[in-house]
Amino acid sequence: MKFVPLILANLFRKKLRTTLTIGSFAVALFLFGLLAVVRGAFNQGIDVAGSDRLVIVNKVSIIQPLPFSYRDQILRIPGVKAITFDCWFGGVYQDERNFIPQFAIDTQNQRTVFSELIVPDDQWKAFLEDREGAIAGANTAKRFGWKVGDRIPIKGTIYQGTWEFNLRGIYTGERPSDDRTQFWFHYGYLDERRQFGKGEVGWYTVRVDNPDDSPRIAKAIDSEFANSPYETKTDTEKAFATSFVKQAGNIGFLIRAIGGVVFFTLLLVTGNTMAIAVRERTGELAVLKAVGFTDRFVLLLVLGESLVISAVGGVIGLTLSKLFTLSGDPTRGLLPFFYLPTSSILMGLGVAVAVGILAGILPATSAMRLRVVDALRKV
Amino acid sequence: MVRVDGRSDANSLIQIRGLDKTYRRGDEEIHVLQGLNLDVDRGEFVAFMGPSGSGKTTLLNLLGGLDVPSRGSITVDRDEITHMSGHKLTEWRARHVGFIFQMYNLIPVLTAFQNVELPLLLTKLSKSERRQHVETALAVVGLSDRMKHYPRQLSGGQEQRVAIARAIVADPTFLLCDEPTGDLDRKSADEILGLLTQFSKDYAKTILMVTHDPLAAERAQATLQLNKGVLVEGFRSAIGSRE
Repeated sequence: MKFVPLILANLFRKKLRTTLTIGSFAVALFLFGLLAVVRGAFNQGIDVAGSDRLVIVNKVSIIQPLPFSYRDQILRIPGVKAITFDCWFGGVYQDERNFIPQFAIDTQNQRTVFSELIVPDDQWKAFLEDREGAIAGANTAKRFGWKVGDRIPIKGTIYQGTWEFNLRGIYTGERPSDDRTQFWFHYGYLDERRQFGKGEVGWYTVRVDNPDDSPRIAKAIDSEFANSPYETKTDTEKAFATSFVKQAGNIGFLIRAIGGVVFFTLLLVTGNTMAIAVRERTGELAVLKAVGFTDRFVLLLVLGESLVISAVGGVIGLTLSKLFTLSGDPTRGLLPFFYLPTSSILMGLGVAVAVGILAGILPATSAMRLRVVDALRKV
Repeated sequence: MVRVDGRSDANSLIQIRGLDKTYRRGDEEIHVLQGLNLDVDRGEFVAFMGPSGSGKTTLLNLLGGLDVPSRGSITVDRDEITHMSGHKLTEWRARHVGFIFQMYNLIPVLTAFQNVELPLLLTKLSKSERRQHVETALAVVGLSDRMKHYPRQLSGGQEQRVAIARAIVADPTFLLCDEPTGDLDRKSADEILGLLTQFSKDYAKTILMVTHDPLAAERAQATLQLNKGVLVEGFRSAIGSRE
């Protein structure tokens, strides 16, 4: 602790330079935070996917339907514990920019298969009793100011006309990463009103007894419907979510590439700054050594300065990005999972510290190797 | 007593025997110091004079453990420092040597107090003990009222006095002064030399000083001349002598 004033005094030697370097770290870590949020938004489905869930879609494409009659056949396959299904509705609330994912759901089994999405029992009961009832995710309800009992009109884009729903409940998730933006309503209501596609569902989701059996069960399901007009493709929920994300391109690679370039540039900028800082006070470092400070101390002193810069900049940048995410999704629903998780904050701090060490290591080593006699001659 | 004849004297604080320092410049070997012998007793104030390039500063660097000789030995208070490892030498320096440089070499971002405190950060003294030592050292050099000043806020003479306080604060075995008045006007130089004389007389502090200034050398008890790497005894000062 007694050496802290020495580190701080050196940092405040050139206030503007230190401020700008800390600023570089803050901007880079702010960007890191946002990239982590975007990556998280795209990978949300992958991260929260249940290890004991399989998703069954039409082999041709996810937008091709499957028959409702498959439900009982799938349920008979050994190892399948429960099954539910969903239909994509694709409607618009008030304005086309107000995107929310709407699903016609299987009210009998929804809560069994997706047990992590929680609806209070009384609200669920009210939903079941109302054929035009709907349940909204907490984030969506908050976004549009909906309250239980509100009448919500949704304009159909696939299924024409205005569909009116009574909001009977609001669901939340067990984990912060659970999607709270969906809008559910009765499959029966959709099937009754729609002009085409009657008796069809979008996809099935099954829960299995033992996740280790998933490959066998997936194979058994696909074999069951092989050579039929509606062949299936069954994957674990994680694999399904991954392939879904890949449709939008290799987001992970893109984000890693941008992040890599930013941090490499930061490394060069900070390394150069530290090198200049060391070169400017060669004589002072020599004096420290002359009065008895060890080579190792001088190494740690320079590394300490680099670390303070990176840590302070990192904390500022990550705090700003966290504050930014608290104001909610700025894309009006394109990134429903707009959240900076603690793991990303810790990773950001780790990256900042690593860059701080890497940037400081060369100048610190040259300071450590400095020969007092040579340095004093230059003073 | 100060001797350069190499005769053994067990009482000497500093004992140098057959000291050589050679530098290589391309194919050429430059012999800066050649077979140098020196004995300095505790409490002596010795001045080294000689033309530029005669090896004065090199000798001081070797005595302070900042450089290693090509041959020969240096023993200080019965510790032979010529064979110490770099780390051990650094620790030895912290305990035994106080440096005073021509250009003061204070850390500009630290106050006078913090500059003087630097050597004490390497000790196990508590914060309050360090404060007490620093205040005493600054009082000795007459800068109690300048503790919170930064070097840029001090005159050259005051800066050098802070540097002297830094050199004495850990109570080292001896002081090494490299042209301590070389950058000062006559008045300030006299003040600094007065302080050094005081340390030598009142506190029996051993001081080895390199200087070009004959007036500064007169303050020392003994002056040694270095010429082409060879040390010859000069004169004993009437002013500086305690005899």
